[in-house]
Amino acid sequence: MWGFILRRLVWMVPTLIVISIISFIIIQLPPGDYLSSYIARLEALGTTVDQATIDALRLRYGLDDPIWVQYFKWLGNIIFNGNFGYSFEWRLPVSQLIVERLPTTFLVATCSLLFAWSVALPIGIFSAVKQYSWGDYVFTVLGFLGLGIPNFMLALTFLYVSNRYFGLSIGGLFSPNYINAPWSLDKFIDLLSHLWIPVVIVGTAGTAGLIRITRANVLDELRKPYVETARAKGLHPMLLILKYPVRIALNPFVSSMGFILPGMISGEVIVSIVLNLPTTGPLLYAALLSQDTYLAGAFVLMLAVLTVIGVLISDILLAWLDPRIRLS
Amino acid sequence: MTPGPIISIRGLEVGALSRHGMLRPLRGIDLDLPHAATTGLVGESGCGKSMTARALLNITPSPMRITAGSITLDDGKTPPVDLAALDPDGAPMRAIRGRRLAMIFQEPMTAFSPVHTIGNQIAEMLLIHEKLDKRAARERSIEMLDLVGMPNARQRFDAHPFNLSGGMRQRAMIAMALACKPEVLVADEPTTALDVTIQAQILELLQRLQQELGMTVLLITHDLGVVARTTSRVAVMYLGQVVEETTTESLFDNPKHPYTQGLLGSVPRLGSRRGRRERLPAMRGSVPPALAELPGCAFHPRCPKAVAGLCDVVKPRMAEVAPGHRARCLLYPEVLAASAALEAA
Repeated sequence: MWGFILRRLVWMVPTLIVISIISFIIIQLPPGDYLSSYIARLEALGTTVDQATIDALRLRYGLDDPIWVQYFKWLGNIIFNGNFGYSFEWRLPVSQLIVERLPTTFLVATCSLLFAWSVALPIGIFSAVKQYSWGDYVFTVLGFLGLGIPNFMLALTFLYVSNRYFGLSIGGLFSPNYINAPWSLDKFIDLLSHLWIPVVIVGTAGTAGLIRITRANVLDELRKPYVETARAKGLHPMLLILKYPVRIALNPFVSSMGFILPGMISGEVIVSIVLNLPTTGPLLYAALLSQDTYLAGAFVLMLAVLTVIGVLISDILLAWLDPRIRLS
Repeated sequence: MTPGPIISIRGLEVGALSRHGMLRPLRGIDLDLPHAATTGLVGESGCGKSMTARALLNITPSPMRITAGSITLDDGKTPPVDLAALDPDGAPMRAIRGRRLAMIFQEPMTAFSPVHTIGNQIAEMLLIHEKLDKRAARERSIEMLDLVGMPNARQRFDAHPFNLSGGMRQRAMIAMALACKPEVLVADEPTTALDVTIQAQILELLQRLQQELGMTVLLITHDLGVVARTTSRVAVMYLGQVVEETTTESLFDNPKHPYTQGLLGSVPRLGSRRGRRERLPAMRGSVPPALAELPGCAFHPRCPKAVAGLCDVVKPRMAEVAPGHRARCLLYPEVLAASAALEAA
């Protein structure tokens, strides 16, 4: 097992190097560079920039260096200083921008993930075990409705209903008077009263898909002969289903978990915009729109790295769950 | 005094309502399993052999369920139980299943969970039925693996099914089935998935254990050679019914039912006296679908001896056609009398 993890870790190194090269190429693809857009902006505002300043800035940012020197500077800054460059849209270091939004991003993503799983797994298992029962049909209809209704639509409906009929402010994660307040019990309660809405909205879409996947996986396993063997032992039907088919049905589920991590950062952009959530999704969207190269580049790199890490985690989980992978 | 049969099945029917009508894989099975002996159950694919085994443990695959009949389990010591009347998922049935009745399946690869160790799956039997703690269950499981001739039983306890060869997996399956020393063992084609040399070893093992433990065994197979070697009684099934039941010797020496005669006739023999260019006799036609509802004897469309106006009209019943030899064929006056009495009633 440890050998397996070590092998996977070693293989991550070349993958990450290739990813960083591709990310760098992508952020260098648009014509011009950071400085030329910066100067263009200043000139558009009527400020003249003298050649000495320009040269000093070019030297400082190393923009005249060969492309591979720039790449190593960029990467070196990231690795050794945690410096992802500068966002000219926000006039702030990229790392500061992203780090500010990471806690809320992970909070919303983790809560909606836990919500989706805790709702979808039991329902999926139930639907499989009681296939074609009334309960199965009801959950199937609800599931497809959840899949079919776009999230932003659900978000808008929530906003409207809660404001119109309950007089609640549900945009953002905090009430206006708590946004800059220090942490307290009241602020925490305020957070909870706002958090459930994005969690439910983002969760429902995931739930519907997960119910279908779980149902199909468990159905496949329920027909396997080992289930009959376990029945022949006199095992309680409930324990039987949890110990055998559900356990094995989790494998395809776990192997798709690698894509959850990057999805947390980039996902649910539209819902976040509609609900005015301080998460990374809208930031990424804005960076792409305004060609904020270093900010966008940092996202591209981060998403790629998170994908690699996510796949590693799901592989480790899978090896831990399934001895056929671990031992062969 | 010889004890009565430990299992006696009467009029057992299994069915399910499908979109196309009533499916009836079992149409009235009568079968006795004599105590501490091996009974063979033979027949073509689809005749209901495996369904009979599953009905015996009350684990018919959904939506199939027992619709009529009784399965009496009577060891002569405790009060008899009718398994067919018990709730398949209820506690009384589950307490019997695995402990008093156990089953070995055809495919030792797929019949084990691929992600649990075989030790875990064997010890589970003991944890469910004998309330042993984990350590004791482990020791007993290792003893069982030793008993079935698993080399390095202690290490193999932690092996996964994919680490074992087919023969070893089937040994582990036997160890699992026998973990609680059941009174009745149902073996559903236990050697079909194995190659010939391993088949012989597994059959020998089953025979040895049957004798050592004094178990009652129901051996389901389509291999008449296996029946001849290992069983003392045989029941022949056709289309969800037992059509002939007698001692193994009597069946092979003097088959009564035309279906059995056809089965025995279609076994290839080495050194046949009629020259090499002879064609292997095969039975006409094939098993009709489970939905078909035939008037008269179920076998009459394929029967070379069928009598028009009789076999396609009267439903035959089981009757004794020779001492200790029962058959379901209208060509025998005993059967005709019993069946006519039924028609009249």
